[in-house]
Amino acid sequence: MRLLALCAIPLVTALVVLGVPVFRGRRVPVALLLVVAAAHLALVISLWITPALPALGGWLAADPLGLAVLTLTSVLFLVTAIYIVGYLRYEAPRSGRVFAGGLLAFLAAASVVALSHHLAMLWVGMEATTLSVAPLVFLHRDRRSLEATWKYLVVSSVGIALALLGTFFLASAQGEIGRPLLLPDLIAHARELHPAWLRAAFLFLLVGFGTKMGLAPMHTWKPDTYGEAPSLVSGLMAGSLTSCAFLGVARITEVLAAARLVSFAQPVLIAFGLLSLVVAATFIIGQRDVKRLLAYSSVEHMGLLVLGLGLGGVGAYGTMLHLVNNGLAKGWMFLVTGNIVLATGSATAAANRGLARTLPASATLLVLGLFAVTGSPPFGLFLSEFTILRAAIDGGHAWIAVIILVTLAVIFVGMAALVLGIVLGTPPAPAGTARRIVPARESPWLIAGPIALAVIVLMLGVYVPGPLQDILTRAALALGGRGP
Amino acid sequence: MRDAAPIILLLVVLSDLAILGTSRLSSCIRGLAAQGFLLGLLPVLIAPQLSVHAVSLAVGTVIVKGVALPWFLSWAIREAAVRREIEPIVGFIASQLLGALAVALAFAIASRLPLHTVQPLLVPVSLATLMIGFIVLTTRRKALVQVVGYVILENGVYLFGLTQTESVPFLIELGVLLDVFVGVFIMGIVVFHINREFDSLDATRLTELTD
Repeated sequence: MRLLALCAIPLVTALVVLGVPVFRGRRVPVALLLVVAAAHLALVISLWITPALPALGGWLAADPLGLAVLTLTSVLFLVTAIYIVGYLRYEAPRSGRVFAGGLLAFLAAASVVALSHHLAMLWVGMEATTLSVAPLVFLHRDRRSLEATWKYLVVSSVGIALALLGTFFLASAQGEIGRPLLLPDLIAHARELHPAWLRAAFLFLLVGFGTKMGLAPMHTWKPDTYGEAPSLVSGLMAGSLTSCAFLGVARITEVLAAARLVSFAQPVLIAFGLLSLVVAATFIIGQRDVKRLLAYSSVEHMGLLVLGLGLGGVGAYGTMLHLVNNGLAKGWMFLVTGNIVLATGSATAAANRGLARTLPASATLLVLGLFAVTGSPPFGLFLSEFTILRAAIDGGHAWIAVIILVTLAVIFVGMAALVLGIVLGTPPAPAGTARRIVPARESPWLIAGPIALAVIVLMLGVYVPGPLQDILTRAALALGGRGP
Repeated sequence: MRDAAPIILLLVVLSDLAILGTSRLSSCIRGLAAQGFLLGLLPVLIAPQLSVHAVSLAVGTVIVKGVALPWFLSWAIREAAVRREIEPIVGFIASQLLGALAVALAFAIASRLPLHTVQPLLVPVSLATLMIGFIVLTTRRKALVQVVGYVILENGVYLFGLTQTESVPFLIELGVLLDVFVGVFIMGIVVFHINREFDSLDATRLTELTD
């Protein structure tokens, strides 16, 4: 029941908000958004206390892997919903209905992806996440957001079509038996699956869901989309939507691990991971826009996720921990960037110099976030990146460890140059600027969310709570790896 | 009834090639609608016996791919007042030749695949449709024709899915159809706005965002 409610409550609310014309204003949709977000998180917490039985004939179940993604989504969504209360005081999207309805539909779709144990249903949910976010990217309705929405739709739709083909390949791997594509079933009978079809399914699902994750070279939509979408939407995409897409890759990896085909999957995952790191490092140098910078940082972290998965062993645990850390840190950074954009109307370095004087709280959070996102101690990302690095050294891949270290160093320099340049520079002369910078824009609503996320990321760097470590370890075992 | 399936599948390939060769957007969409109807016939024709599952899939497919999508796309061209794809990146004859190559390649690949299926032609036609959809998507400039390319690509995936009807329950297939429909609907809206903002449906003009 609870599993069904997690998907149904946001879906029904989304349909009501979108369909009932009474909600033309913004007040009611936003209130509903807050209530649903809180209820969703409460239900998710109840799953941590007492596990739920599978629902709908095994189609919905909360296994450790799915629960990790679901919890991340739920926390990010509530934080974003609280942020929206402050956001709407300064920014008025044309349609409050589309705004709230799209966000709620996204929550429903992401919950379906996280809980789905039927791989075709997982695909349906994943496609729904793409579609629910598209109107939100398009919110500003200017030329730039049009271009971004178009690229996002076309690239992700083609990617997701390939993933559907991969799902059908997986069905073909069963031969004449034709069982439903239920995950526990596939894992139990993994050795009977046809290896050639299984390999083909893996490649297509990796490329398809990898497009949605934004792995290089399928990342081309990412900087444009994150750059043009409202920051809080970019934050949900970089934190939650990419994690859902990673879950798709993780599911097929689970099946391959059970079929003892890991030796086929690992080099492919490592290759995509390393390429993403190198591409991200190349484009982060000289970047002038904070949101595009964060988009390339997201490419980097997605690369690290598949890299840890490909290295196996303790790397799988590192990947799971990194999934949580990266999701929270991306939410944090994009919300802070949202404050900057609210103040000056732009996320470029040129418009925002001297941030330490104009928006002191956001500037502090931005600098702290810089260190968190680049994996500096004592933040959680240091711990998870270090675990992935350890997996590379344990596995005897010294060269991979070297590439990781070099690209991370380059990325640190590139990000620090931009962020510190913004925070420490002298503010532009106010004469020519159209929008005046008002310190009051840093209302508590806009600061509370990023601070909460920062506290969690900091805590995860010092201490991983027992239940979380247990869930992540079990997820790593399912992926063919081991715990810390 | 089973004997009709190969003919329908060949007609699907012909509709692919016809769409590749035409410059008129309205003919493109008519080709797409014809393809949608053909795809709608297939679940009934290849099913071992007439089942509720096969019939409802057929009805759903005809409604979404044969009627709703083409109707919506022709609304979009009327609103945008565009008639032709004037300068494709690859010419019409050349792209038809490419399409023929894709068909040959699809048959070559399909003959090597270890597959259990009721209808052996299903897989090569699916792969050919997939590749031709990709050709349309990448070689045409008009955003609306790129949407047509995407739908052809999805049709290719759909054809492959027909080999696996036992594994994919009807509810899921309904979900897939709904997703495709909503996807094309949103793309159509975006195309409409591109036309208003840029005075053109030319997707190659979308070049403001660079590093």
